[in-house]
Amino acid sequence: MDIHIPTPLRAYTGSKQTVNVTGATVGQVLQQLTDSYPELRQHLYTPEGKLRSFVNIYLNDDDIRYLPGKESTPIEESDELTIIPSIAGGRYF
Amino acid sequence: MNAKHIDEGNFPMIATARSLGVTLLDRIGNTPLLSLERLTAHLPGVQILGKVEWANPGGSIKDRAAAAIVLDAEKRGLLKFHQAEGGSGGRALLDATSGNTGIAYAMLGAALGFPVTLCVPSNVSPERKNILAAHGATVIWTDPADGSDGAIRTARALAAAEPDHYLYADQYGNEQNWKAHYRTTANEIWKQTEGQVTHFIAGLGTSGTFMGTTRRLRELNPKIKCISMQPDSPFNGFEGLKHMATAIVPPIYDAKLADANIFMETERAYVMAKELGRRDGLLVGVSAAGAVAASLQVAEQEARAGREAVIVTILCDSADKYLSERFWREG
Repeated sequence: MDIHIPTPLRAYTGSKQTVNVTGATVGQVLQQLTDSYPELRQHLYTPEGKLRSFVNIYLNDDDIRYLPGKESTPIEESDELTIIPSIAGGRYF
Repeated sequence: MNAKHIDEGNFPMIATARSLGVTLLDRIGNTPLLSLERLTAHLPGVQILGKVEWANPGGSIKDRAAAAIVLDAEKRGLLKFHQAEGGSGGRALLDATSGNTGIAYAMLGAALGFPVTLCVPSNVSPERKNILAAHGATVIWTDPADGSDGAIRTARALAAAEPDHYLYADQYGNEQNWKAHYRTTANEIWKQTEGQVTHFIAGLGTSGTFMGTTRRLRELNPKIKCISMQPDSPFNGFEGLKHMATAIVPPIYDAKLADANIFMETERAYVMAKELGRRDGLLVGVSAAGAVAASLQVAEQEARAGREAVIVTILCDSADKYLSERFWREG
């Protein structure tokens, strides 16, 4: 599946706008993403491993925090994951 | 009880239609300087003072720059006021914004009679969307993944395609932005602290507040330390602030002006916002809370060094437009 990377985080994905990963659940693909691009981890997660408060991750149109299975939600190859800050600050490349 | 007697005898005749009250423009600036006493109670000789910028009619410090930009454009014949009354023919004001500047433009457009078109990332808070709609601004929503940069590209393209329809205000490059603070914010701080200000601390977004206030304060007293605050990461929770190392630098920003810079974690600002709400009765926005956290850091440094200090910072807006964020309910 494809994960869409927001502009400010592309500095940590070699400028890639989308990253293709495989996995059975939301949690697994996010794990693969941060394993492939370790610099991303601190921007998405607290040192305790919790998603940072202002980071929203959408599975298609749904915020994963509000899905019943949260990060254990199963995914299909055709699904898309998008990372969006909860606010719209700054001015990015 | 003789009502007739009261009507005729106790009320003066209104002989002339003299204007009473103040105008919306009069209410921009001259904000209170609030003492944050509890924060420095353990630091003798050190004070932190915050400019209460949510007292501006549009609810944020951005009223100052927006008013300066709009009045300058009208003076130079680039923007026509009272367009609704006089029919068509004028251009609409156009800019990219992630929130408060857009609210200020929308408010001024409604009050002074010119159309406003804003390019705004679609992930701004619902509160902001509702305010822009209530003032009747036209909003073009841009891709949230592109941040403010996507909004800026859209605004530039629109201005280039339809120059007869739009005046591109360009808050990031407009000199009126920092000049508004040079003329007003800095002089207010100087007067309100009776010239005793030793440190000025403000967050960097367009950088207008920091540039203008610092330039004027340094003229008044070259010894004042001016410290900028910016997010510690390009991906952060500060609406409107910039991580300059990874941002396209605003044309009005001069990196050499600051004596020092403090990098602020979003979570530190969240902790301060909640603390100010629960212990000081102050509901401030995330950027304002970050500025207070940076001020406290400087206050503690000065106290450790055995120096007295009068630290002034900017409380750029209140929490009103951020109350739907989940951090208030966490922890």
